[in-house]
Amino acid sequence: MAKFQSLKEAVTENLRDGDTVAFEGFTHLIPHAAAHEVIRQGRKDLTLIRMTPDIIYDQLIGMGLAKKVIFSYAGNPGVGLLRRMRDAIENNWPRAIETEEHSHAAMANAYEAGAAGLPCAVFRGYRGAGLKDVNPMIKSITCPFTGEELAAVPAHRPDVAFIHAQKANKRGDVLVEGIVGVQKEAVLASRRSVVTVEEIVEDFDDLHPNLCVLPHWTVTSIAHVPGGAHPSYTHGCYDRDNAAYLEWDKISADRDLFTAWMRENVLDAGPDVFAARVKGL
Amino acid sequence: MTNLSDFTPNEMMTIAAARALSNDDVCFVGIGAPSAACNVARLTHAPDITLIYESGTIGTAPDVLPLSIGDGVLCETAVTTVSVPEMFRYWLQGGRISIGFLGAAQLDRFGNINTTVIGDYHKPQVRLPGGGGAPEIATSCQEVFITMKQATRGMVEKIDFYTSFGHGEGGNHRERLGITTKGPTLLITDLAIWKPDPETKEFTVISMHRGVTRDRIQDTCGWKVRFSERLEETPPPSELEITTLRELQARTELAHGGKKGN
Repeated sequence: MAKFQSLKEAVTENLRDGDTVAFEGFTHLIPHAAAHEVIRQGRKDLTLIRMTPDIIYDQLIGMGLAKKVIFSYAGNPGVGLLRRMRDAIENNWPRAIETEEHSHAAMANAYEAGAAGLPCAVFRGYRGAGLKDVNPMIKSITCPFTGEELAAVPAHRPDVAFIHAQKANKRGDVLVEGIVGVQKEAVLASRRSVVTVEEIVEDFDDLHPNLCVLPHWTVTSIAHVPGGAHPSYTHGCYDRDNAAYLEWDKISADRDLFTAWMRENVLDAGPDVFAARVKGL
Repeated sequence: MTNLSDFTPNEMMTIAAARALSNDDVCFVGIGAPSAACNVARLTHAPDITLIYESGTIGTAPDVLPLSIGDGVLCETAVTTVSVPEMFRYWLQGGRISIGFLGAAQLDRFGNINTTVIGDYHKPQVRLPGGGGAPEIATSCQEVFITMKQATRGMVEKIDFYTSFGHGEGGNHRERLGITTKGPTLLITDLAIWKPDPETKEFTVISMHRGVTRDRIQDTCGWKVRFSERLEETPPPSELEITTLRELQARTELAHGGKKGN
């Protein structure tokens, strides 16, 4: 049953040191406020799963919270490279991290397999691709009916999934609209889930019947955090803050600048600052 | 008025790539130059082309170029938006895509692409973003078009990592791996149009853009370039093509506050 809590309480109750955690949102609805709360609480030795690590994982890695990252595209979308993640991989700063790298198809399939309660995902992939030679978690399986060789990867089964969504109703059902990404699969694959929402409404009675709704009994905690996806966007609420993505390229290029920025904008701030950040977007 | 004689090599690259797309194509659009080319095609000779971005947006028609593959404009203008697992399973793996359009950090003569690392995978000199959707785009789309700017550090004798498979070592290497799709059938650079040799699968220059010399193509390419015996000159951009591209970029710049879209 979904519990309405402050973001601080939701993170404290659901995320532990050493957990495997997925923050999802495919360019859209990225749960930035939740990641910042995790950084403030200083969880350690996390295994981070995310298709496109982008800014939030750059921040979690740069602050030393990550032990391992499982991912498929480590870029700052539309801008370039992830400089904190690179620094960790190339120079072990602020600590060494392990990486497990996949393709998008493999990651999407692994979430779906997790949601479906399967131990692994089977798909037609990685043919001729170099990743299967460097990632021992990519294996192959032979179709028992046709003999076709297919790729297999373990299902994602995170301890916790964090997502951001447009709305929850008073019962705790959650509505995700627009580019829905892998959020439904990530929540259903995880033992616990924390959802930040723009708005809490009375009910969903006026909604179209086929929308992406997570029933309240699939969600552990809901926190009301307007603007909580910034600088990502929330379809129907505010646009992507492209300038912030460009600015991150500069901030993340320098360790001292990064550390100072994180102190001012994350460690010394709270979830309530997000609403002001999306004004005018 | 548009001055047709002063088009840039980049504009020529985008327009030549746009021309290769047809109205009936279902195109999986990668990040970077492919997006501009696909939308120029849609706004000129291929109004009914289906553009698909890996964020799950099917049949998009953006007014401005998106900065990322998941911009809101893609969803707002799409025929439908599906989840990412559905995108990769039903639409890409299901064989519904005719053309996959990829960019490359490193490319070899057989259309193999590296966007993963420079140097050794486990001790990289430079860690690049990685493959994203590319490993499966390269093998599940019926054919693959590649577009990139020529430079010796990009077009190399040997790539450091096989992010996505082109023609491997050439010849029938795809077939030997059980891959049934055509793979890279076209390479469009800022200087020329290349197609794989039917037998060896090595990219061969079939058309040079106006004002480009063989030496310039060789000087910006890390392997010994083969030229077709029937070498042509790429027709320069038409007024409609160049105007469409420039207006699209101007709208994009205005919308994104000075940053050109992908």
